[in-house]
Amino acid sequence: MVATAVTGIATPLKFPLFSGFQRSSRSLQLRMSQKAGHGVITGKLELRPPPYPLDALEPHMSRSTFEYHWGKHHRAYVDNLNKQIAGTELTGKTLEDVIVATYNSGNLLPPFNNAAQVWNHDFFWESMKPGGGGKPSGELLDLINRDFGSFEEFAKEFKTAAATQFGSGWAWLVYKDEDKKLAVVQSPNAVNPLVWDYVPLLTVDVWEHAYYLDYQNRRPDYLSIFMENLVSWDAVTSRLESVKAGSA
Amino acid sequence: MALRTLLTRKILANSPLGTLGFRGLQTFSLPDLPYDYGALEPAISGDIMQLHHQKHHQTYITNYNKALEQLDDAVAKGDAPAVVKLQSAIKFNGGGHVNHSIFWKNLAPVREGGGEPPKSSLGWAIDNHFGSLEVLIQKMNAEGAALQGSGWIWLGLDKELKRLVVETTANQDPLVTKGPNLVPLLGIDVWEHAYYLQYKNVRPDYLKNIWKVMNWKYASDVFDKECP
Repeated sequence: MVATAVTGIATPLKFPLFSGFQRSSRSLQLRMSQKAGHGVITGKLELRPPPYPLDALEPHMSRSTFEYHWGKHHRAYVDNLNKQIAGTELTGKTLEDVIVATYNSGNLLPPFNNAAQVWNHDFFWESMKPGGGGKPSGELLDLINRDFGSFEEFAKEFKTAAATQFGSGWAWLVYKDEDKKLAVVQSPNAVNPLVWDYVPLLTVDVWEHAYYLDYQNRRPDYLSIFMENLVSWDAVTSRLESVKAGSA
Repeated sequence: MALRTLLTRKILANSPLGTLGFRGLQTFSLPDLPYDYGALEPAISGDIMQLHHQKHHQTYITNYNKALEQLDDAVAKGDAPAVVKLQSAIKFNGGGHVNHSIFWKNLAPVREGGGEPPKSSLGWAIDNHFGSLEVLIQKMNAEGAALQGSGWIWLGLDKELKRLVVETTANQDPLVTKGPNLVPLLGIDVWEHAYYLQYKNVRPDYLKNIWKVMNWKYASDVFDKECP
C-alpha cells in the first residue's frame, strides 16, 4: 500500500519512479488489459456482458437502453471489428494495441472506431454498478481532493466535460503519468485516453444512444443521475490500484 | 426617453427573422415548421419531430444567441483571445441553427408533395451525374449509414462548377465547410436524436424511409436559382 501523506502542501503521492515512462506506460496498459481480461485476440473477439443483469440499473438506466446499447450497438462493434481484422496481423495483438495502432497518431485507420468502441463500452459497463454513485473514500478521495480541490469540484468538472462534448463522445477521469495527477478529459466519437497515454479510471458515454430512450435531449439530467446513482467507485479504486501495482 | 426605448425594443422583438437587441445585435428565434409535427408519419414520428424542433433546434438557437452576445462583447472590448475561443461555440450552435432551418424545408408531408421525385432541370442533372435517382439515393444512404458519430449527409451543388455533389459533414458543420462554393439542396440529419426513438440503432431504415417525405420541390427551387 502506497503511503499517503496529504498535508497542507501535499506531499506527492509516492509512486515508484518510472524509467523511460513512455515504455512503462504502454506495458502498464498491457498488464492492466490482461488483468481486465482483454488478452491477445485469437480468432474472434466475444461480446462481454455487463457485470450485472440488464435491468439492474433501473430506473436510472433502463433495461430497454441496455437491450439496445449493449445488445445492438456494442454487439455490432464486436461483430464488425471481427470482420475487419480477420486475416490481418491485428488478430495477433491485444485490443489495446489494436486501438493505438489504428489510431495511427490521429490519422484513423478503418478498424479504429470499432476497436475503440468495443473497449469503451466494456469499460463503461464496468464503470457503473447497481446502488452506485455517492462519494469514494480513502486514498482515491484524497487524490481527488488534492487534484480537484474537492469532490464537488471534481463532479462539476466531470459533468461539464460530459455536457460540453459536442456531438458524440465520452468524458473521462484519468491518471496522467506525465504529471502524476488525476484529470478530467473529454473525447469525440470513439477516441479514448489510451491514445494519449493516460490511464482511464472512469467514463460516461455521451453518444445520444446512451441516454436518448431514458432522457431524450436532457443530457444534463442523465449526467446528474449517473453521478448520483450509477458510478462504481469500487471499479475506479481497483483501476487506480492497478496503476500502482503495474509500475515497476 | 425611457418609454420610447421600451417601445422600440418591443416592436423589434417580434420580427420573424431576428431580434435587434439594444446594441443592434441580430439574434435568432425558432422558425415555425411548415407542417404539423405528425404530418411526416409514418416516415418520421410526431414525437421525434416535436423534440427535434422544440428542444434540439431551440437549444442551438439559444446557445447561438448567447455566443453571439459574448462575441459582440469581446469584439467591443478588443479581446482577441476571447473572440477566438468563442468560434467553436458559434460553429456548433450557429451550424445547428443553419442546418436545421434547411432540414425542415427539405421535408414535406406526402399530401404536399413529399416524396415526389424531382423533375426538369434537377431531375436531369441527377440522371446526368449519377445515372439515376435510385443510384443517388443508394449513395447517400450508404454514406449516411457509414458516418461515424454525429453529422449530416448532403446533396449539394457546386455553384462554380455547376456540378452536383454528395458530401458528409461532421457534427453541425454546415456544407460550406466542405467547399466555399457548395450550396445545400438536401440535407439528412444523421445525429441519433433525428431517428433514435423510432428506429433505434437501425439508421439504414431511417435513411430508407426519409425519402418518402423528401421535399424535392425545395431542392429544385434552390438548384434553379443557382443554375438558371
